[in-house]
Amino acid sequence: MSEFSVIGKRLPRVDARVKVTGEAKYAGDFELPGMLWGKLLGSPYAHARIVNIDTSRAEKLPGVQAIITGKDFGGYTLQYRFYAKDIPPLAADKVRHYAEPVAAVAATDEDIAEEATELIKVDYEELPGVFEPEEAMQDRAPQIAGEFKNNICVDYHWDFGDVQKGFDESYLVREDRFRTGRVTVGFLEPPAIMANYDPSGAITVWAAKAAPYSLYYSLADCFGLPWNKVRVIQPFIGGCFGGAKNMGDPLDFCAVMLSKKAGRPVKIVYTQEEVLTACSRRHPAIIDIKTGVKRDGSLSAIQIGVISDAGAYHYLSVTAMYLMGGLTTLPYKLPHYKYDGYAVLTNNPTSTAMRGFGVNHTRYAAEIQLEMLAEELGIDPVEIRLKNAIENPRPGSSYETINKVVVKSCGAIEAIEKVAASPLWKQRAEKEKEGSISRGTGLACGVFETAQKPGGWHQSCAAIVRVCEDGTINLLTGASDAGQGSDVVLCQITAEELGVALEDIDIKRVDTAYTPCDAGTWGSRVTFLAGLATQAAAADAKQQLVIVAAEKWGVKTEDIEIKDRKVSVKSDPKKSMPFFSLVRWACYSTPGAVIIGTGYSGHEPADCDFDTGVGNDGCAYSFAAQAAKVEVDMETGQIRCTDTTIAQDCGRALNPMSVEGQYQGGSTQGIGQVLYDEFIMDRGKTLNPTFLDYKLCRSTDVPDNKVMIVEAIDPGGPFGAKEASEATTVSAPPAVVSAIHDATGIWFKELPVTPEKMVKALKSKGNKD
Amino acid sequence: MKQIKLTVNRKSYELSVQPWRTLLEIIREELRLNGTKEGCGIGECGACTVIMDGKTVNSCLVLAVEADGKEVTTIEGLADGDKLHTVQEAFVENGGLQCGFCTPGMIMSAKVLLDENSSPTEEEIRRAIAGNFCRCTGYTKIIESIKAAAQK
Repeated sequence: MSEFSVIGKRLPRVDARVKVTGEAKYAGDFELPGMLWGKLLGSPYAHARIVNIDTSRAEKLPGVQAIITGKDFGGYTLQYRFYAKDIPPLAADKVRHYAEPVAAVAATDEDIAEEATELIKVDYEELPGVFEPEEAMQDRAPQIAGEFKNNICVDYHWDFGDVQKGFDESYLVREDRFRTGRVTVGFLEPPAIMANYDPSGAITVWAAKAAPYSLYYSLADCFGLPWNKVRVIQPFIGGCFGGAKNMGDPLDFCAVMLSKKAGRPVKIVYTQEEVLTACSRRHPAIIDIKTGVKRDGSLSAIQIGVISDAGAYHYLSVTAMYLMGGLTTLPYKLPHYKYDGYAVLTNNPTSTAMRGFGVNHTRYAAEIQLEMLAEELGIDPVEIRLKNAIENPRPGSSYETINKVVVKSCGAIEAIEKVAASPLWKQRAEKEKEGSISRGTGLACGVFETAQKPGGWHQSCAAIVRVCEDGTINLLTGASDAGQGSDVVLCQITAEELGVALEDIDIKRVDTAYTPCDAGTWGSRVTFLAGLATQAAAADAKQQLVIVAAEKWGVKTEDIEIKDRKVSVKSDPKKSMPFFSLVRWACYSTPGAVIIGTGYSGHEPADCDFDTGVGNDGCAYSFAAQAAKVEVDMETGQIRCTDTTIAQDCGRALNPMSVEGQYQGGSTQGIGQVLYDEFIMDRGKTLNPTFLDYKLCRSTDVPDNKVMIVEAIDPGGPFGAKEASEATTVSAPPAVVSAIHDATGIWFKELPVTPEKMVKALKSKGNKD
Repeated sequence: MKQIKLTVNRKSYELSVQPWRTLLEIIREELRLNGTKEGCGIGECGACTVIMDGKTVNSCLVLAVEADGKEVTTIEGLADGDKLHTVQEAFVENGGLQCGFCTPGMIMSAKVLLDENSSPTEEEIRRAIAGNFCRCTGYTKIIESIKAAAQK
């Protein structure tokens, strides 16, 4: 029998009903009387000086109410923690990427706004552009930003142990170059905002933002307002995964500025084409990796050099470059490690965070190289991983990597063993060849951090649990559910802690005027940090009630139990009453008792130094293993992933149905990175900015899958929980690439693996054989 | 302006529309039924799926004037008062949604499939929703939800 009443149960999401009926409102669904529509004008050049902007013809178009350009923002740029402050809402002096916004119009309808943008005359002086990071690093390359010599905006050089000694002691060493491709974030709902600037000096926005407090700080900064006059209201969000719907994006600032200028509310909704042309997307990376192993397959040393394409702005490449290198010392024991990471500016759209941020690239390279070494050594891929995997630390102890990443719970071995025991893995030798189809199965591990601790920002999460006089609960927190399912989990935590049912809890969307802060939905921090805050707030409310009950019955507070909506005395269970009766007694019979519990996640500030790579960027770490089976048509080169088996350690599955869905979604995004997703670029211009030509995984593409939940209870997480899915996302690309090798004998070191690449590689292999 | 008469969710409407407006735009902006979403505007993602005279259509590709004389059902028209439609209920119970943005369109495609084929194979389910893109779920629990709805 489960020790919990609500935790660990397969419960429908609390917002599922409003979503299936169409009642759930997203940012684009809001309107205010007198509302105007806004539209942004993007640059037709990837790199150009803005010489002049003439808005006079546009201003005359009937229906146009306001036009703004970069000058209207007075030099404001978006702040990213304390590392970067460089993206302007509208380019003022020069544009650094194709379709970078340079002006915006507000008009009485969308069509007029769009027409007006076409009437704005911008004179550009085109500048030479650079589109590949290795080229951009050269002395002869055009300089994109004055402050970064050779366009290098981040460079980290870490050295742990003695890699040379490690390689000297290795039995086998491999050096390979890998490349990850240009991939979109892929949320279905385009960024949208409705903004209202109140002339008395206040801003209210309804914005599709998974980090609403981030926008709140940015708007206050941009418009020179005190924080209590900025109100960000968060509707339901149609997916985030990192990217433009996290922090402030040009449309957010433009909508507010246009509203200020026009004196009316302004709504801006990007088209999907704008998203796929101009919005931020995952960093592409070049990974030069050298791995040394001993004769028995144990890892001796890893040296990695990464050159990533930061795109047009510095933005959050510091975090990308930390994550590309920082977790390479997981999930295997590693005595020597060297990392040289560069983020290089180019005239491509800005690169950003996306599920599996950073780790995605280097884990793919490291897993495949490990497989290559295992093959040469004649060691089974499961065996080599089990040999090297970090063991789950005993309660009270921890494992520390050479770069001082502290792991208190690790389900890596259990995840690997579960996948190894699965039918998919056990049947891998039964490789049927059917005509031109060749099948293969591969396996890989993934890892990710939970609860990233941001330096330079408020990293806490806070919650308020308000108990209504009838015993039902309002939960208020700044934590954002962007679709990942945090709302149901936080309600479950509240219900469990208080001793009531899930349906007694109501959670509202974030509204910075009422909900206490939270840094945002990124870095897999919400379940962990908002969970802890919610647990603390619920415990606080519960204690207030327990004190009243104890006094009523003349017992000690420790003797009171609240479970399944019933309050009772542990030592004398006959003394009991329904939860709502206790609440009413507390509220009406004691002097003005209003039961409000507050709590925040009290975690130590970040102790991670990005410059040295030392310390913890996260509060905990999750581990995954995934097996994938593919079918390759040896004639056409087409590849299909037909089956996957996934096992991820999420600490404790607070809601197993939700966790499974997260694993499945994460795996699918990772598979997409190998087989479908690809931006085709021409000197900074996206040639396939529609879903017709940018291929995304469809229902007919997705593999049959089996998901298994591993629970290596974490001492720090709420009820032991950690993140659920980024480790799976990270494990997917190498699993698929490994499966492709099993089917064809070819290692693909460049993503995506397109049919064309497959055909070429098969021909080349055929010529060699 | 063109005059059109259409039925949406069993209610009759007489509207004056500009000839270039789409069915999606008038559903959302004139009728204020915001459950139907715009994901891509070019008929590639299925977020705008509605039922017109019994068949699913991408409403962003249907001109409002084409809907003259037609019967349209949107997501708001499925539930019977407080009682959810079988497909809606199945999605809720089986975790067939996460962010919910693709959900209205997905449910409309599922409903029409089950209206035409009460016990579809998995292959038939996958094909029926192949025009509805989802980035969150990886489709598995959507397929399971539709199977569960078929069994009810």
